[in-house]
Amino acid sequence: MTKIVKIKKGLDIKLKGKSRKDIGDIAVKSGDLYAMKPIDFAGVIPKLLVKEEESVKKGTPLFYSKSNPEIVFCSPVSGSVKAVVRGDKRLLLEVVVEADGAQESVDVENIGDAMKKEEFKNLLLKYGFWPAIRQRPFNIIASPEDSPKAIFISGFDSAPLAPDFEYVFKNRIELIQKAIDSIALLTDGKVYLSLHNKHNGENSIFKTLKNVEINYFEGPHPSGNIGTQIHHLDPINIGETAWFISLFDLLNIGRLLEEKKLSYDKVITLSGAEFNDPKYYNASSGVSLSSIEQFENAQSVRTISGNVLSGRQISDKGFLGFYDYSFTAIPEGDYYEFMGWIMPGFKKFSVSRTFFSWLMPKREYNLDTNMHGELRNFVVTGQYEKVFPWDIMPQQLIKAMIVRDYDMMQNLGILEVAEEDFALCEVICTSKNELQDIVRNSITDYIKEMV
Amino acid sequence: MNFLRKYIDKIKPNFQEGGKLKMFHSTFDAFETFLFVPNDVTKKGSHIRDSIDLKRTMIFVVIALVPALLFGIYNVGYQHFLSHGESVGFWQMFFYGFMKVLPIIVVSYVVSLTIEFAAAQIKGHPLNEGVLVTGILIPMIMPPDIPLWMVAVATAFSIIFAKEVFGGTGMNFLNPALVARAFIFFAYPSAISGDKVWIAEKADAFSGATSLAQASAHEFDKIASVQDLMIGFVPGSIGETSKIAILIGAVFLVFVGVGSLRIILSSIVGLLSTALLFNVIGLNPYMDMPFYYHLLFGGFLFGAVFMATDPVSASQTAKGKIIYGFLIGVITVLIRVVNPAYPEGTMLAILLMNVFAPLIDYYVVDANVKRRLKRVKVSNN
Repeated sequence: MTKIVKIKKGLDIKLKGKSRKDIGDIAVKSGDLYAMKPIDFAGVIPKLLVKEEESVKKGTPLFYSKSNPEIVFCSPVSGSVKAVVRGDKRLLLEVVVEADGAQESVDVENIGDAMKKEEFKNLLLKYGFWPAIRQRPFNIIASPEDSPKAIFISGFDSAPLAPDFEYVFKNRIELIQKAIDSIALLTDGKVYLSLHNKHNGENSIFKTLKNVEINYFEGPHPSGNIGTQIHHLDPINIGETAWFISLFDLLNIGRLLEEKKLSYDKVITLSGAEFNDPKYYNASSGVSLSSIEQFENAQSVRTISGNVLSGRQISDKGFLGFYDYSFTAIPEGDYYEFMGWIMPGFKKFSVSRTFFSWLMPKREYNLDTNMHGELRNFVVTGQYEKVFPWDIMPQQLIKAMIVRDYDMMQNLGILEVAEEDFALCEVICTSKNELQDIVRNSITDYIKEMV
Repeated sequence: MNFLRKYIDKIKPNFQEGGKLKMFHSTFDAFETFLFVPNDVTKKGSHIRDSIDLKRTMIFVVIALVPALLFGIYNVGYQHFLSHGESVGFWQMFFYGFMKVLPIIVVSYVVSLTIEFAAAQIKGHPLNEGVLVTGILIPMIMPPDIPLWMVAVATAFSIIFAKEVFGGTGMNFLNPALVARAFIFFAYPSAISGDKVWIAEKADAFSGATSLAQASAHEFDKIASVQDLMIGFVPGSIGETSKIAILIGAVFLVFVGVGSLRIILSSIVGLLSTALLFNVIGLNPYMDMPFYYHLLFGGFLFGAVFMATDPVSASQTAKGKIIYGFLIGVITVLIRVVNPAYPEGTMLAILLMNVFAPLIDYYVVDANVKRRLKRVKVSNN
């Protein structure tokens, strides 16, 4: 049954640097660097399968998950392993592959047209598509043994500067349909697809999809977050699991099923005021930002894999994250501001009306990374609730997390949330608390203590 | 402002790790961040942040207090000359009031800031901006003739024992300014109650009773006109008399998104409905008094707008705020009408509800937990 979910609480932050609707090509050339980043996969302890200088094909496993060796992470390009980058405590950060440009892929075995559940599972595991399927609770890679109560797909992204899915997936509906038909094997429940009245519009290309229950959302970000959609359509209770997967990965699974070819390509976007010409590109997973744009003064630019709310900071030569489909570049904000606490602030972004910018609600901002203040104790109350459209008390949940009261966390909804769901709360927090960090650490600790 | 920035950057190393003046780093920090918003950039999580911070929030509360403060200063002079039967010009009244009020403000700020700086220094945490609001609230809820040493002692008591011992702004469970007033109220009752203290250097022959005292004594014919009560030409604590000035502050606070409309409205509703209920019961003339007088008398409106809304000591949940505010209104009228000892009940009502706020929140949160658990049962059926 189709539902219309109206989201009232939330916030659309209008930023400068929207991607122009034109698709460029980033071909995989000899010498280009691509990477898989184990840090993209929360909770995964990676075990390397390759050594430096070893040659790999497109689809060769680079590392696997220690807790579940079936789950492998594959090289998106053919070439040779250029570097294994480690951080503090030998934490594996990046496995960098230097492409040879040949794009030779591992052999794709016979793929039947009518696959059974187990066959399909093995196919996803073998070619590195399994990590694309994640689960709530905890926002981690789904466990192949589980049987989820439902699978969720978001048909839009409501984050600032997000790509237009209607544009990205135009003429790709049949491949996606193919993937959805197979994905549906993995659950005894429903497959949900969410669309948005504005982001997708009346004549959405996704409306023709079958084998899914389509629901419509209205209202601001975070209506596009998968967590918001699960919460409003079929919330997770204790003991339940829901899976979710993005359209980008479904498309590649569809290509594998239909064309019997391995593809790790996606249409990505450059967005943000620091790019000269922000637009769409055809590229391979793990692409380096330096293959697309060079910055003259990289120090003054914040380069991000993902969006400004929940993306990961990367260097100007960094790589696209596994789950990301956009690079964002905004100005760094390492300047001092004279008497900022009293200045009228005609150009200052704020959800409060303490700056005169409230006079111009339609203004597009070129926001930088300045904190605009220092960390303080919680003082203001009732602010998170304004951008948190859940039947969950955000501030109380965060406090339970800070005092590490695991029972309270569970009662207040830690099983439903992920760090990205608190991104807007973090943006508007007067006391400048690092909420996403608190949430991720608490989820990690919760898994250790309670699961 | 470049030269200032350069100078700060030059002397900064002295206050950092290894510098000669490291022990004063917290104090230096306070002054530096007062002059310049730091150049910190986002490191984790969201890459962009709202421009507001706690400094600006607190400053906006102070701005909202300005109309009530200015009128209060004028009214101190007005009441003084009225009691002496002298008629003087506006500026003379204002100047008289200014000379009365300024020392109280100075004492309150000097004492509270000194303790705050010391506490920040000892505990090594940054200066809490909440003190900016507390420092101005305390003078505004004092009678104009309050001895300065009492202001100093009360301020010190409240900052130390109502705030710092719990961990500073954000950790206290009572409103510090009200604790300062309650301290004087119980330690030196004659300085803050009765008929003699509400007009500065009052002429002996002139009655200086507040409307609340007159109502308590059932002298309803002596109560000032509604117009005077609204504008604030009545004796009382420095900042509390002008309801119009307070309402201007309230509208401002709610508009900029700093004050809680829920608490302000629910406390007014609580007050008026209880007063109406007493109208219906009508056991004595005080109960029969027009119900809306309760809103115009005493410090209720000031308390509801500027003190009940203190987010730290109030309820923190949306529903909790409504219950909390409503009960403040109810208890204020109860103390005023039923309790014979204290003519005014706002201060005690807010402090009492400060204590109960966590309990209210506990039940609101518990209701949320139960509702979410119920979902499991529904989906299992």
